[in-house]
Amino acid sequence: MHGFANPKRFLSLARWLTPLLLVSGLLVSAVALWWGLSQVPPDRLMGETVRILFLHVPAAWLGMGGWTAIAFSSLVFLVWRHPLAGLAARAAALPGLVFTVICLVTGSIWGRPTWGTWWVWDGRLTSMLVLAFLYLAYIALAQAAEREGVSARVPAIFGLLGAINIPIINRSVVWWNSLHQPPSITMGKSAIADEFLVPLLVAVLGFSLLFGGVVLARMRALLADIQAEARLRRKAMEAA
Amino acid sequence: MTALKAKHQRLVLVVLALIALVGAGLLAAYALRNQASYFYLPEQMLENPPEVGQAVRLGGMVELGSLQTAADGVTLTFAVTGKDDARVPVRFSGIAPDLFVEGSGVVAEGRLGPDGTFVADNLLAKHDENYVPRELQEMDEHQAAKMAEETTVGLE
Repeated sequence: MHGFANPKRFLSLARWLTPLLLVSGLLVSAVALWWGLSQVPPDRLMGETVRILFLHVPAAWLGMGGWTAIAFSSLVFLVWRHPLAGLAARAAALPGLVFTVICLVTGSIWGRPTWGTWWVWDGRLTSMLVLAFLYLAYIALAQAAEREGVSARVPAIFGLLGAINIPIINRSVVWWNSLHQPPSITMGKSAIADEFLVPLLVAVLGFSLLFGGVVLARMRALLADIQAEARLRRKAMEAA
Repeated sequence: MTALKAKHQRLVLVVLALIALVGAGLLAAYALRNQASYFYLPEQMLENPPEVGQAVRLGGMVELGSLQTAADGVTLTFAVTGKDDARVPVRFSGIAPDLFVEGSGVVAEGRLGPDGTFVADNLLAKHDENYVPRELQEMDEHQAAKMAEETTVGLE
């Protein structure tokens, strides 16, 4: 892992990995969505609204996965002081927020015909909304660290603190009576028929590839920013 | 050597802080167990009934064969069942959601009447975790019973 912490080695790897992840992610996601939106049969109770599953579930998992990535990178940044880990955490925040918002919006659209309401304050929905607010706060803190000279350790500590919400989201439907259904997919067991499960897993794979590609692209952009700034500073020094 | 030590010190500190944090979070979530529940289960409502007239929610399965439409055409009466034959009769006037059928999950918003009937102002259909295409709907009874059993697992 220490080898990849070297920015030069990271960049030479990311140069070809970024387009590979983005293109394969787009292709796999497109296939999964076409499959899920037009090919699977309607559900016995939900009918056609079941198709939201193929967007909602991958978005929910990646919304939570994004914060897990932030927490892990923050830990590496705090303990080993690898600057690249700090960049990785910052790069994962925006795609994580986008997926969390997609999850909330599609869930709401699904809830209206299925439950009879757009929104309820049950454990699952509330903790997911909290995750969206945590992302907003993290992004604000990371920008403050970049522009206002706040220590980069502040967003990293916040990233670790916020991770407590992830197991709460995961367990919310088990601990508390909630309107949201309990997990369909648990260790080695699935209550989803194969007709739905296979395209769902393909969608998870496609969105995950996209997520990885976006994170790498954003890390490269952040590194390029830092390098450009350093070069400008050096030139200013030479001129003076 | 000193750099290594500092690194390990930071690791130990962060891990200790994380353990304390996760412990605190899990304890708080566990303590919220009842307060954060979105609804009463029938057995909870019978065992520890809310005050008459207090706005609460009741969630469970709509008992098979219990759903009746009153003579006015808009009032529904049915029973919500839970574990151990717990059963609460419910009265509701209005439009029920599409997924509201006998044998499915429901969350009723309303209040407990003095006669022990739950008077609902609003019904929410609770979807279970099973996703099955219509073609598989004609399951034999054994499969249906198995699925019903799996469905109620989350409703403990």
